[in-house]
Amino acid sequence: MTREEIIEAKNLVYSKPALMNDNPMHYCPGCSHGVVHKLIAEVIEEMGLIDRTVGISPVGCAVFAYNYLDIDWIEAAHGRAPALACAVKRLHPDQLVFTYQGDGDLACIGTAETIHSLNRGDDIAIIFINNAIYGMTGGQMAPTTLLGMKTSTCPYGRQPDLHGFPLKITEIAAQLEGSCYVTRQAVHTVAAINRTRRAIRQAFQNCMEHRGTSLVEVVSTCSSGWKMTPTEANQWMEQHMFPFYPLGDLKNTVTK
Amino acid sequence: MSKNRGVIVVDTERCKGCGLCIVACPLHLLTLSDKAVNMKGYSFAIQAEWERCNGCTSCAVVCPDACISVYRKREDVEGVK
Repeated sequence: MTREEIIEAKNLVYSKPALMNDNPMHYCPGCSHGVVHKLIAEVIEEMGLIDRTVGISPVGCAVFAYNYLDIDWIEAAHGRAPALACAVKRLHPDQLVFTYQGDGDLACIGTAETIHSLNRGDDIAIIFINNAIYGMTGGQMAPTTLLGMKTSTCPYGRQPDLHGFPLKITEIAAQLEGSCYVTRQAVHTVAAINRTRRAIRQAFQNCMEHRGTSLVEVVSTCSSGWKMTPTEANQWMEQHMFPFYPLGDLKNTVTK
Repeated sequence: MSKNRGVIVVDTERCKGCGLCIVACPLHLLTLSDKAVNMKGYSFAIQAEWERCNGCTSCAVVCPDACISVYRKREDVEGVK
């Protein structure tokens, strides 16, 4: 059998999701954002909500998410994505409304909006990309930076007496009454990617069924900010991030 | 007996040569281009041994830039268990 016999349209089993357009992504090589974008595109296509979805893009690396996924997007001020999503969902209750935020956006400047949105139980889905660093602005320390982790603004490592402790915002979210589904996932292997896809689908379903706020944290890499190759960054994440940010569901009041 | 035969097609202009597909391939069939680069100057992924590929899609699933398409076809093989 030759290559040409296999490369036929009827044999195609996996390719770029149709919802993702041809613009080359500005993310660094190996960035986890690309995988999560792909998963969101796949889930929206599966659910048939292409013309009923509003995404809220944050300030951060994912600020240009609207260039890559052909759905409706609104660009929020820094950290204010949950407040905007709340407004959109209340005005259009039949729409799928999700925010896509990084840790600097969601866990630092937007902590108030995030916590109050989760506490109100707005029927939105929050996708939270946690790479423990401010990736876009040059790898500064974020609230989620691990103790001892070196960044451009804590070159000797994060110290608790000087910089405080890392913020586990997902654990806080699980405590709040309004949240219905809180989970932490990763996208470093095929199995983890499949679990994240299911988590995003669950979150989007909760949004459409008005069950409360869903938070999907994706523990991610920032190979440029961490100054590693993408493969090393994945290994570093497994060794250092997962012990502090363990994967799994923290709260699920929807499915038993 | 029959077995799956697979071929991947890499959108070389989209590929940034991150190498995550190379690690993800369970059969270690992928490699980065040696000297060739795309318009942005990145080495890109190439399938060095396509004959052994079974089209499992692992490389495409982990690709952050969605630049891998996977084709899979069943082939009848005689005398193989």
